[in-house]
Amino acid sequence: MTTTTKAAPPVATARARRLGPGALALRQGRLEITQFLRSRESVVFTMGFPIIMILIFAAIFSDEIAPGVSYTQYFITGMIATGLMTVSFQNLGIWIPIERDRGVLKRYRGTPMPKWVWFAGKVIMVVVIGIAETALLLAVSVALFDLDLPQTAAKWLTFGWVAVLGVTACTLCGIAISSLARTARSGSAVVTPVALVLQFISGVFFVFTNLPTWMQQVAAIFPLKWMCQGLRSVFLPDSFGGQEPGGSFELGRVALVLGLWCVIGLVLCLTTFRWTTRRDG
Amino acid sequence: MEDELAISVRGLRKTYGDNVAVAGVDLDVHRGEVFALLGPNGAGKTTTVEILEGYRHRDAGEVRVLGADPAHPDAGWRSRVGIVLQGTGEFDELTVGEVVRHFSGFYPDADDPAKVVERVGLGAKAKARTHTLSGGQKRRLDVALGIIGRPELLFLDEPTTGFDPEARREFWDLIRDLSAAGTTIVLTTHYLDEAEALADRVGVIAAGRVIEVAPPNALGNRQESLATVSWRTPDGTPASAETATPTALVYDLAARFGGEVPGLTVTRPTLEDVYLRMIGHS
Repeated sequence: MTTTTKAAPPVATARARRLGPGALALRQGRLEITQFLRSRESVVFTMGFPIIMILIFAAIFSDEIAPGVSYTQYFITGMIATGLMTVSFQNLGIWIPIERDRGVLKRYRGTPMPKWVWFAGKVIMVVVIGIAETALLLAVSVALFDLDLPQTAAKWLTFGWVAVLGVTACTLCGIAISSLARTARSGSAVVTPVALVLQFISGVFFVFTNLPTWMQQVAAIFPLKWMCQGLRSVFLPDSFGGQEPGGSFELGRVALVLGLWCVIGLVLCLTTFRWTTRRDG
Repeated sequence: MEDELAISVRGLRKTYGDNVAVAGVDLDVHRGEVFALLGPNGAGKTTTVEILEGYRHRDAGEVRVLGADPAHPDAGWRSRVGIVLQGTGEFDELTVGEVVRHFSGFYPDADDPAKVVERVGLGAKAKARTHTLSGGQKRRLDVALGIIGRPELLFLDEPTTGFDPEARREFWDLIRDLSAAGTTIVLTTHYLDEAEALADRVGVIAAGRVIEVAPPNALGNRQESLATVSWRTPDGTPASAETATPTALVYDLAARFGGEVPGLTVTRPTLEDVYLRMIGHS
């Protein structure tokens, strides 16, 4: 080996073109969305599942559950909430352990990328896919099942804040729960039962007030029940509020519980998030 | 002093429960040097390197890497250090070009992604999804991501495991290029020929300690070891002798045979012989 003729080490030159924080976050988001859309399982599972469920349930049940409210309409609002939870909580809770196990997160940590950029990329992906999925669900529901879009600005506003708070809470909880999975495969085993049970007890598949009281009380601890209730206030007639367990849509309480879950999720993320697997020390 | 050294380690220790992974490592790597860390599996190579890379925290010891403590890596330091990990982080759904281009955006003075893809020999695969790459090609992608930021110091943890001989030669050429351009290189390997071909100096690590650091041809007093001279006697049976003065012996043999010595070889211990003796498998 020649050891005497080595050139000087590379020095950072003046043509440094470091990207700004906004650009870093956007390109991270674009990368995450590209990966999501190219992964067939993700697209089918996240985007397809709620639509398939709506088609099946709407074909089976066609009763009216209250004057002017069909079971299908009730169920659709639940599926919109479920879709928001799937795209955030399940999507992240399943994929982050896979990326952690493959060493993708470790690789990012070895670069000068600021940590927050990675989280921003995930959030951008959740928001974009969430909007696309909700729009798709609404289009199918309006076209096939007589769902009426919100007629007033106030209802759209409620739709907006319930969705934002719900997705925020579910995103944070999805990132937090990802640290429970020890291997790539166990992410799905940890997250799917939680999501499925929540769907059954939170009034997605069954009318919430028909559930046993204890089940309603358990569901009321978690975000999905409140997301469903908030969305019912948007899509069902105001008169239906009287049928809710609290005698109204309780939007104040919806905001409170979802906000609380945002705080809980954030604290869990900050205290438990791991860039490497356990066996990596 | 500080400027001369890319890496300086004193008394590095790391334990996992009762298992002492690194038991007091001392190490200096000079700027511009190719340094190979050689040792059996479980000797503490990866733990040591991952502490130097800022991935793991140490229990004790002084560590400076490019003048900073890697336990508290900042973005400026990270942009000067290239890392090729042992386990690869894969981006199955993306193409080679997309991944390299994406990572180039993290560095203030990144190299041209297309050029780097070409340089690691993946030019023909730039548009291929990474899950279609072979094991050796994935490793080249790892290297591309390690050098995209034009690092001053490049860590390579067992970079050529799974390479065929030709791919390994090409990889060696790449490392020599990087070294010639001034990059300091620290590689771990358990291929002795690799250490011998690439490294200016080799550190042998066993049971969590560095037991010797030397240029490959001087490791374990290899140059001063006895040479083995072998030949065939006139009736055809093999003969050999260990000697400190092989030239004199060959001269004697030549005189005895009156010219050519049948089946003559003169050998010294290979790096492998020395290494196995050092780690206690003689």
